[in-house]
Amino acid sequence: MTTTQLPTPRHAAAPGPVAPVPSVAPHRRRPGYLREQVSGWGMIAPAAVLLLAFVFLPAILGFGLAFTNARLISPRPVEFVGTDNFARLFTDPTFWRALLNVSYFAVVVVPVQSCLALAMALLINKKFRGVNFFRTIYFLPVVTSMVVVSLLWLFMYRKDGLINEILSTVSFGLIEGADWLNDPATAMPAIIALSIWQAAGFHMIIWLAGLQSISGELYEAAQLDGASRWHRFRYVTWPGLKHTRSLVLVTITIQALGLFDQVSVMTQGGPLDSTTTIIYEAVRSGFKQQETSYASAISLVFFVLVLLISAVQRYLTREKD
Amino acid sequence: MNKRFTRILATSIAAAALMGTLGACGKGSSSATTEGSKEITMWTHAAGNPAELAATQSIVDSYNKSSGAKAQIKVQAFPQESYNDSVVGAASAGKLPCIVDIDGPNVPNWAWAQYLTPLKLSVDLSKNLPSTVAKWQGETYAVGYGDVALSMFARKSDLAAAGVRVATVEKPWTKDEFQDALTKLKALGKWEYPLDMGTAGAGEWLPYAYSPFLQSFGGDLINRKDYQSADGALNGDKAVEWAKWFRGLADQGFMAKKSGKDSTQDFLNNKSGILYTGSWAGDKARKALGKDLAVMPTVDLGNGPKIGGASWQWGVTSGCNNTEAAMDYLSYSLKPENVAAVIKATGGIPATDEAAALIPAFAEGGANRIFMEFSREYAVLRPETPAYPFIATEYGKAVQDILAGADPKTVLDKAVKAIDANIKSNGGYKS
Repeated sequence: MTTTQLPTPRHAAAPGPVAPVPSVAPHRRRPGYLREQVSGWGMIAPAAVLLLAFVFLPAILGFGLAFTNARLISPRPVEFVGTDNFARLFTDPTFWRALLNVSYFAVVVVPVQSCLALAMALLINKKFRGVNFFRTIYFLPVVTSMVVVSLLWLFMYRKDGLINEILSTVSFGLIEGADWLNDPATAMPAIIALSIWQAAGFHMIIWLAGLQSISGELYEAAQLDGASRWHRFRYVTWPGLKHTRSLVLVTITIQALGLFDQVSVMTQGGPLDSTTTIIYEAVRSGFKQQETSYASAISLVFFVLVLLISAVQRYLTREKD
Repeated sequence: MNKRFTRILATSIAAAALMGTLGACGKGSSSATTEGSKEITMWTHAAGNPAELAATQSIVDSYNKSSGAKAQIKVQAFPQESYNDSVVGAASAGKLPCIVDIDGPNVPNWAWAQYLTPLKLSVDLSKNLPSTVAKWQGETYAVGYGDVALSMFARKSDLAAAGVRVATVEKPWTKDEFQDALTKLKALGKWEYPLDMGTAGAGEWLPYAYSPFLQSFGGDLINRKDYQSADGALNGDKAVEWAKWFRGLADQGFMAKKSGKDSTQDFLNNKSGILYTGSWAGDKARKALGKDLAVMPTVDLGNGPKIGGASWQWGVTSGCNNTEAAMDYLSYSLKPENVAAVIKATGGIPATDEAAALIPAFAEGGANRIFMEFSREYAVLRPETPAYPFIATEYGKAVQDILAGADPKTVLDKAVKAIDANIKSNGGYKS
């Protein structure tokens, strides 16, 4: 990993002897230009084609479907119905509840998960024996499928499950744990805890990459100046993580807004809609209830929401110079 | 320079190969329908049930070998959880196989969507269990080898200890007797919850298992006169009474709001006194408990005991280009010995008396004969309307909300509103 930021050459991708030619004659291209273009497009092509076919095209179709009455199964012709689906959506209390749940989830998960991940990254960013062991341990939940994790925690959260047994044992029987997933008050916090546990390792790796890109010389200089550990963190590490910070913020937020797997496996949105989410509602309407158009409307609203939130975050974390 | 060119070439070839494979995949699955008369494909949901799959496969094998075979049948099995999604996905892509199996209550929806074509079989279905023949608008669209029946299991020794009589087909438990039985069983102190209703279940289990209680109270999922509205049926006084009764079972500590993952195993491990489950668990329970097992009808909550009718059935798709062979195979597979073989594997109730005679447990006096009586006496078909899949999701959610403590009337009103809106937006599901 490089520790110094070298100014990137303009034509980094062209390892030829050709230096950037000032464009005196724009119609005469330098040799190798065409081949470079072809190889460039050739390399983009596989990803671009797949993205186009499986992300952009369905997304555009979905936006269109949101204004029709299309259904998953129906012999009836698809009709344009204007904003009917949206009118129904905005008067549906379940949708607002889903929105509230997702905000609750995001507001807790984003700060807690990023702080935890940073703390873990700082812990394992040292050189000592067995550091790889801890790195593996912290990263282990990330490589485990969320569905598997959810199933395991489903058993742990049961009334007579592992968590309540531990609570009862360490408190000598004083604390009797809740029926975590079947109580509207505890279901969401339970899902939040498991989500953070599963995903923190991933962001730990991103933080770690950020930490390792900070030059060791800066720390040496700070140490010579007699800066305390806290001051070193505050004035060397923290500013050095500027770019990593916004990346982590945006990725955790988007991941949090898209909450689905845990809910689908563990609670199916219940009890009393306390864990339902926007994506879960979209899947339920689209597949279980066959209302493709309504599900598309939900997805469109979700898309706009994510876009808005990301834009605000980009604006707040922009480079101010 | 040459090296770079080779690299570009290699990348392009790799990309082309990738696109090629994708294209080939698409073609590969489409051949199922376009291939024509030589081979037709059949889809089943039984991938997770080796015994059932093997029984089906052996019928197919014997048909394929028979001299009168009009085509070779090829079986493709799916796990039950994703089966419906696979069919719907294939249907929207126009790539359905010739023969599909269908959960009974979904038949009207698929028939309305024109996935299915009316059956023209060479066998007489008039003597089959009514719940194994799926009709919509006067046409038969699907036929099953058998049905399943909901019932209540208990240990005779427990009932005797609590001083509770064994319910029978002649005299099922009434609502008060049921309340009394649960109170006495709970007083034995043997279990945290004496009753296990399988409340951890999800999906189709919820309407299948709990709408019969609603019907026994006098409510229903929809007004069956014209299938245009659920108002009054699903949110009337009777329905609210049902909801309060059901919720009361949990409130009084008779059953868990969310039972264990495997209710049958919990019952056999003596974690519950009364188990509400289907006939499919009968053989397992009898093997474990022997003569101590009491198989009882479900509770009479006012209008007699009710159980859901219709299990998995077979239909022929409208896009099939060798309908004749598909019909021929289905007729062949409905021979009593074939039906008996599948039923033995699935633990169901045979559709015909001829098939029943071939299975000792279902013959007169057999241990499972009682399930056949339940099916004949109590079975109510889930509403035969294309709206059913939607109704099922709304009802399922209502059940979960009621158990979680929501106000019954509010929950049921909300479900009715959603169902009525859905029917209206589909033009009343008229074909």
